[in-house]
Amino acid sequence: MSTGTVGLGMPGTRSGTEGVPGLPEGISLTKKDFTSGSEVRWCPGCGDYAILAAVQSFLPQLGIRRENLVCISGIGCAARFPYYLDTFGMHSIHGRAPAIATGLATSRPDLSVWVVTGDGDALSIGGNHLIHALRRNVNITVMLFNNRIYGLTKGQYSPTSEVGKVTKSTPAGSLDNPFNPVSLALGAEASFVARTMDSDRTHLQAVLRAAVEHRGSALVEIYQNCPIFNDGAYEVLKDRDEAQARIVPLTDGEQVRFGREDAEQVVVRRVDGLGVEVVPADAAADREVVVHDAGAQDPTGAFALSRLDDVSMAHVPMGIFRSVQRPVYDDLAREQVRDAVDAAGGPASDEDLTALIAGGDTWTVS
Amino acid sequence: MTSTDTATTPLEQVDRVVIRFAGDSGDGMQLTGDRFTAETASLGNDLATLPSFPAEIRAPAGTLPGVSSFQLHFADHDVLTPGDRPDVLVAMNPAALKANIGDLPRGGVVIADSDEFTKRGMSKVGYATNPLEDGSLEAYQVHALPLTHLTVEALAGSGLSRKDAERSKNMFSLGLLSWLYDRPTDGTERFLRTKFATRPTILEANLNAFRAGWAFGETTEAFAVRYTVAPAPHTPGVYRNITGNTALALGLVAASHRSGLPLVLGSYPITPASDILHTLSGLKRFGVTTLQAEDEIAGIGIALGAAFGGALGVTTTSGPGVSLKSETISLAVSLELPLVVVDVQRGGPSTGLPTKTEQADLLQALYGRNGEAPVPVVAPQSPADCFAAAIEATRIATTYRTPVLLLSDGYLANGSEPWEIPDVASLPEIDPQFATEPNAVADDGMTPVFRPYLRDPETLARPWALPGTAGLEHRVGGIEKADVTGEISYDPDNHDRMVRLRQAKIDGIDVSPVDVDDPGADVDGPAPVLVLGWGSTYGPIADAVRQARAAGQRVARAHLRHLNPFPANLGEVLRAHRRVLVPEMNLGQLSLLLRGIYLVDVVGCNQVRGVPFSSHELVDAIAKTSEEATQ
Repeated sequence: MSTGTVGLGMPGTRSGTEGVPGLPEGISLTKKDFTSGSEVRWCPGCGDYAILAAVQSFLPQLGIRRENLVCISGIGCAARFPYYLDTFGMHSIHGRAPAIATGLATSRPDLSVWVVTGDGDALSIGGNHLIHALRRNVNITVMLFNNRIYGLTKGQYSPTSEVGKVTKSTPAGSLDNPFNPVSLALGAEASFVARTMDSDRTHLQAVLRAAVEHRGSALVEIYQNCPIFNDGAYEVLKDRDEAQARIVPLTDGEQVRFGREDAEQVVVRRVDGLGVEVVPADAAADREVVVHDAGAQDPTGAFALSRLDDVSMAHVPMGIFRSVQRPVYDDLAREQVRDAVDAAGGPASDEDLTALIAGGDTWTVS
Repeated sequence: MTSTDTATTPLEQVDRVVIRFAGDSGDGMQLTGDRFTAETASLGNDLATLPSFPAEIRAPAGTLPGVSSFQLHFADHDVLTPGDRPDVLVAMNPAALKANIGDLPRGGVVIADSDEFTKRGMSKVGYATNPLEDGSLEAYQVHALPLTHLTVEALAGSGLSRKDAERSKNMFSLGLLSWLYDRPTDGTERFLRTKFATRPTILEANLNAFRAGWAFGETTEAFAVRYTVAPAPHTPGVYRNITGNTALALGLVAASHRSGLPLVLGSYPITPASDILHTLSGLKRFGVTTLQAEDEIAGIGIALGAAFGGALGVTTTSGPGVSLKSETISLAVSLELPLVVVDVQRGGPSTGLPTKTEQADLLQALYGRNGEAPVPVVAPQSPADCFAAAIEATRIATTYRTPVLLLSDGYLANGSEPWEIPDVASLPEIDPQFATEPNAVADDGMTPVFRPYLRDPETLARPWALPGTAGLEHRVGGIEKADVTGEISYDPDNHDRMVRLRQAKIDGIDVSPVDVDDPGADVDGPAPVLVLGWGSTYGPIADAVRQARAAGQRVARAHLRHLNPFPANLGEVLRAHRRVLVPEMNLGQLSLLLRGIYLVDVVGCNQVRGVPFSSHELVDAIAKTSEEATQ
């Protein structure tokens, strides 16, 4: 058989929640409606509490029916999240949530499907499913809680831990080079990639809203503190002065500038043309400051911004790196089925099934 | 050209024939076999086929590992196996002759392409002299024919290069064999017209080669006699020929149609299961969604996600894939969601024999998971039976909210047989019975609530509540759940209760009793020997039992469709006979279960050669067991 290609059309600008039933006129939900009766069992001080509260108070803003929201998780501390949302949910197995969500999202266009995962779940045991979900651009929202440690198994290094990390499983220091989840997602050509932080509720909610409204796979990395096994991992970003000097806020269409007024820094293209770098604003008079273009089809610019970040957290871009429209896998999969059904004149009847079963070559014994 | 022309060669009526077509992997032997089978089926013969091909797509040309073959057994009576040994061997090259001649009984017919018996071709397989000429085949009736040369000559003027023209020699051979066995040819002509509709030159070449093969038979004096096999008596109805993989795919579609559940297949390509993915991917018109996943684990994850959403979730694979899927099967056991897992078994362990058959995944299907994770297991017994088995697997999965393992195998997958097309309205009804409203009241005695693990008292199945149903919001997960409420629970007594409930649910599945075929039991009591099988050994066992009875032995026969739970009457059946013989294409997995569960010391008959049992080895085993039983 030939392996020709078939034109699949261009996506329109559809919302991620298009097709999900909204609430009746005049009805609105509250945080309480999204709070299940299950007792929350994260450790005291865990960043997950802040994320849960932010999500529960943000969900009513979406205006969709809560029974049409499904939260799917894998294994790890973050994976307990679905139990605490009073929606449909599945706490599945380690790393597989994106695959399960792919099946659900493809078969049910009337659902808003979320994946909650952690750095070990998404980037280690489930790395394959994550990159393929992003590649396909399935209409799901992935919240990746990154605390740079394995919490539920009591403190081994994770695929986002810094090199040399001393943990129970690496007494002489870890040897693995960490993933940058944003770079990884952009490498897989994810259509929506963002980073935010557990402690910044306003930013978290704004990013999540954009992610849910995006049609296609949205990956949101959320820096999250584990107070037991990796406490203070993001401390430098939580001190006000330090944060101002380190966090690089990304705003679509605006120059990438940050820092105190008296010590402003800007992001400029490197002289060698490969990527971008941070320079003091007053030393960049003759350099062109990068204007963030989250909607650029080519992910190169977003990728360059993602490389500003390393584990030292000298410069940490925060916000939406990329948000582009491209064909959405589950929309296309359903369209292929719908087109085939329509072309055949509607859903299959008993006669159609009989004809299928008979095939082309029959004979009659009388 | 028709099959009723006035041939001068006399036509002899025979009751059965076994033909084996053998050639290089690139010679088109599977297609040739398929077409000859279709011609034979349309004539009304009963038949069974056994394709055999290497795992390599194109092993080095002309070598023994590159030999591909297709065996067809057709008869004017009920055919149960593809035949132990061929009566006729068509060998397209020296490797095909060398690899297959050992199976040909003395007096058998060899039709060989003499053009391929060159010095180089023969040296590749270690023939020092030409076996077609050196007398080493004198025990056989050898027809050494220059098939390549005849094909090229027939296609002179077609505009094709010599190399391309040679590629049609399989059609020339098919034409010749069609003449020799008086097969109708219009089906093959129609097939070629469809297949090469957009390539007129290739179409003409194939048609001309096919017709030239027939004409060659008519004009040559190489064959003293032609053969014909009368139609087998079948019950009146409309028939088709079908392979196991096709029947299985169609069974899944029928189950989807009857249940109203859209079929969602998550699958990763693997031999010998891929054809189910191929077939289903072409059936979107029936509301079928197929997703080719990034790996085996994603394949079943996709199916399980779709099942959570209310679809008929299916994943198809072979043994190595089941190994990868086991954690998700275990999750489905815990979530208690319907899921159909198809395992088209092949030789193992590990990569094993990808294109060969085996039944060694039975214990993996039953026990290949952590914890107590019971899963129903259903096995089809013949290629066409894969259709009904797929519907049965869906019925159990849906009714009992459980993953079901459907154990086909490589022989069933690629083998074919005539099948009376069933009436769609007569197929079993499957009612998913989705939960639509709260099923309990809260502790306050008033507020309606939904309890996701409140079970049906009859089936012990839990409610299947779909996302999008207001008031039924709930969470499920792989962590142990509290009975009834489904909340996370680490309570020891609750875990003990839940493990037992899940087991009791599977143990209580309603499966039909096993039938025992034991003529004379009414008068003389149960036969001393029972032959009990499962899966694809049905044909060889039934054939061997028929032969044993013809030889005067009293033998009973029974076949298991359900491997978990076993039919309720199985213990009684086992104990009614002095000896129970259990043939399996593994080292005794069903035997182990029967001994362990029923304390009956069954006798195994086991082989793992990658091919179905031959009838004669089973006849010998039955005779030996009969002897022991009557001592």
